[in-house]
Formats: sequence, structure tokens, C-alpha cells
Amino acid sequence: MDNKITALNSLHKKYGAKLVSFAGYEMPIQYSKGIIEEHKSTRENAGIFDVSHMGQLFIKGASSLAEDLEKIFPVELKSCKLNQSKYSFLMNDEAGIHDDLIITKVVDGFNIVLNAACKHSDFKLLKELLGDKYEMNLSEELSLIAIQGPKAVKILEKIIYGVSELKFMNGNSFNYLDESIYITRSGYTGEDGFEISMKNKHAELFTEKLINEGANLIGLGARDTLRLEAGLCLYGHDMDINKSPIEASLKWAISKNRIISGGFIGFEKIKSQIENGISKVRVGIKPEGRIIARENTVIFSEDNKNIGKITSGTFGPSIQVPIAMGYIENSFSKIDTKIFLEVRGKKYPASVSNLPFYKKSYVKGVNK
Amino acid sequence: MSEVKFSKEHEWIKLDGDTATIGITQHATEMLGDIVFVELPEIGSSVAKDGNAGVVESTKAASDIYTPVSGEIIENNQSIVDDPAKVNSDPENEAWFFKLKITNKSEMDSLMNKEEYEKFSKESGN
Repeated sequence: MDNKITALNSLHKKYGAKLVSFAGYEMPIQYSKGIIEEHKSTRENAGIFDVSHMGQLFIKGASSLAEDLEKIFPVELKSCKLNQSKYSFLMNDEAGIHDDLIITKVVDGFNIVLNAACKHSDFKLLKELLGDKYEMNLSEELSLIAIQGPKAVKILEKIIYGVSELKFMNGNSFNYLDESIYITRSGYTGEDGFEISMKNKHAELFTEKLINEGANLIGLGARDTLRLEAGLCLYGHDMDINKSPIEASLKWAISKNRIISGGFIGFEKIKSQIENGISKVRVGIKPEGRIIARENTVIFSEDNKNIGKITSGTFGPSIQVPIAMGYIENSFSKIDTKIFLEVRGKKYPASVSNLPFYKKSYVKGVNK
Repeated sequence: MSEVKFSKEHEWIKLDGDTATIGITQHATEMLGDIVFVELPEIGSSVAKDGNAGVVESTKAASDIYTPVSGEIIENNQSIVDDPAKVNSDPENEAWFFKLKITNKSEMDSLMNKEEYEKFSKESGN
């Protein structure tokens, strides 16, 4: 099957990208400087991410739309303010996660950003759930570009006046080349940043402007190390259809009122898991020394019992130690519990760790 | 000292008497990306031609290291274990992986010289 390309494909090539197949798209895994440099430049400066492969779904509708979406998603949408974004999931009846997503209230409805690999099945499922009541459009005309890092705000403000006023997890429309573009203050790196939705035809020149202002292009490789340091889940790895938000340690994303009132898909299971507990839970894991425990590494207890599996593991360039996340039997999930990871037939000591691994330390006076 | 030879698994080998010094090529490091972990064979262990002799991990994935000739490990380079980034910066000199006492010098014959290796790595595209 041929891969699709994004509007930034030739720009990726121009800047020396190594391109790989990812979720049906030809995407940059890294550029010429490599993953560690890209990672650090995002933490210290600003990184640009082409996330145009992700789905941008627009659902138009009046007040009944929020009510109908609340029957699907475990967040409060009726009371959602204009331009406010919320992190949520699309679940099945067993609270297994079809996808994780960001839903934003816009003037004429909601827009939902979906994972690339799931977007078409999500669309189909949502269409089935909502029927023909609302106009739904999974855009092919829009690019999505993220800029992340401590200097993201300064750089973007130079091109789009007023973005610095946006609050975290809020968006707004801005003017760019006499057209309306939509920007949210959000991201997936543990850094301050923005996600910019604009027509494909403007994406390349806009990205060049960001580069000219000092931001660097960042590939999927550093995107993965950044999000893992920030303790964030990657769909298909740290969460999937066989895991619930409770097991994925994402209860914080289910609004408190909805846990009481229910009425969304998967509620019964969520409620029962909260009341009766769960057997496995997602935790952060820090190996001792330099050993890297990749996905599917088996986790053992001190008395040599198989107690779980790693779902993501890498080396954290900003913290200079290996890091991982995985699912572990609940009784071993306490912070600092000593565990062992089997890598290439040998067992290496590790411990259960707090998440995130990397925490932003804001320095006063820097963000002038 | 003999000329440097190369294997299809992207290792280089330099023979000095009975002692062979082995590392991975510049081309290999470019394919692997940033190296963040190195595991080397233990001193005193025996390794067989094309057999496993260590592991490198990049930010992306783990890759096995193979030995292009058989022998007994007499030295390994702890400095690349402590600072794996050295492998990216100087793979064909300072960041050698291990030294072994070669058991059969004729195993060198099947390896490539520099020119052949450059052609091989270009053509194979890997």
C-alpha cells in the first residue's frame, strides 16, 4: 500500500529527514542532527512537529450536540466554554480505549483531534453513534503543525500576533494571510506549546517562517522520547482496546461529575473498576544503570514472579537515564517498589517510579 | 599492522599480530542513530565468527553486534559503555568495541577491504 504524504513532505526532505512509514503516512523519524539533538532543542528552544497525519474531525451542531457527545465521552461538554479543549477517550462498553483524543468547543460545534492510525475507524464509529443528525467532516484539507518548547510562544507570537494570550488547553481563531486559522495552546511533549491548524497550501511557507525564527524540525523519534519523559501515553502501546482509562492511570481525565452521573459508553465498567479495584495498572519504571527495557519486556517481582509487561521504553535524553512505562500487578505498583526487567535473557533491577520523569522547572523572569 | 577489513554486518577489524581490534563502522552508526547503550562481550569469553558479541542500542532500537572472526576476548572498551555517545563521534578509532586473540587468521580472507565495503554499503542501501 502506498503511503500518503502530508503537505510538508518536500520540506521534510529538504531538511534531511529520514522518512518512515507511520500509520499510513510517510513521516520523518528524524532529521540530519539526530534524535538526541532534536529532543534537547525542543526542551531548550523550540521544536516544530508535523502532526498533519492526525485526524481533524469537525462535528457541526446546535446545543443537542454537546448532550449527544456526552453520551459517548466521559467529559463535561455541555458546560464546556467556547475554545476550551479537553483530553478524552473513545471507549467501548468494556471501557477499552478505541482512541485518545482532544476535543475542543468551537463556534459551530466541536472539533476532535484523533490519532492517525485510528482516525478512520473513529470516524465510522462516531458516525454510527451519532447517526445523520450532525454534519461530520474528517478534514483532508488541513495540516496540523505543533510548535513546542520554552521559546515556542515568542517565536509563534512574531508570526501570529496574540497567541501569547492563549491559556493552556484553550484555542482561538487567528488571521493568517487573510484566512482564519485555528490555534490551541497544547501539545504532547511536557513543554509549553501550540498546535496550529491551517490549510495545506499555507503549511510549508508557515513552517519555513517558524524555522527562520529559530525553531527546529523534530521527527517522530524525538517526539517519542519527549512524550515518554513527560509520562504521556502513546496509543497502541501504553493504551489500547484491552485497557481502560482506570488501568491506564488516566482517571484524572474523566470529569468527577461524570463519574457520579454516568451516561457515557463504558461507564458501568469504569464505575466497577473504581469501586472494586483493578488487577493491573500503568506505572513509570526506572531501570538501574543504563539498560533499556523496550516494549514487551517482561517485569518480574523480587521473588521472580511474572508481574507485568513494559509498553514503552527508551533512553531519556534530558534526564540522561533509561525510562519506561508498563502495566504491573496492582500490588506492586507503589512508588519505589523494587522489580526486575528481563532483557536479552538477563534480569536487571529497576524500580516503580513517579510520572512524569521530566518535570519542567519554570525559571522566573525567563519568559519575558 | 595489516589493513582494516570490513564485514557485511558493518564491523571493522584491524589485525596486529594475533590481536584483532573490532568496532562498528561510521556507516553503521549513521544507520543506527544516537547510541545510548553498549554491552560488550566479557574478557576471557570465546566468540565464533559471525556470532553474537555484544549489543548497541540507539534511541530507536537494539541491534546485535557480531564478530567477523573467531577468538578469545582479551580486552573490551569500557569507555564506550560509560559514554555510548563516543561510538557516534569516533566509531572507527577511539570507540573500538573489543580486542580478541584470533584463532584462525584465514577467516580474514572472506572480509572486504575498504573499497569493497564502501561499494557494498552503498549498494545494499543499508
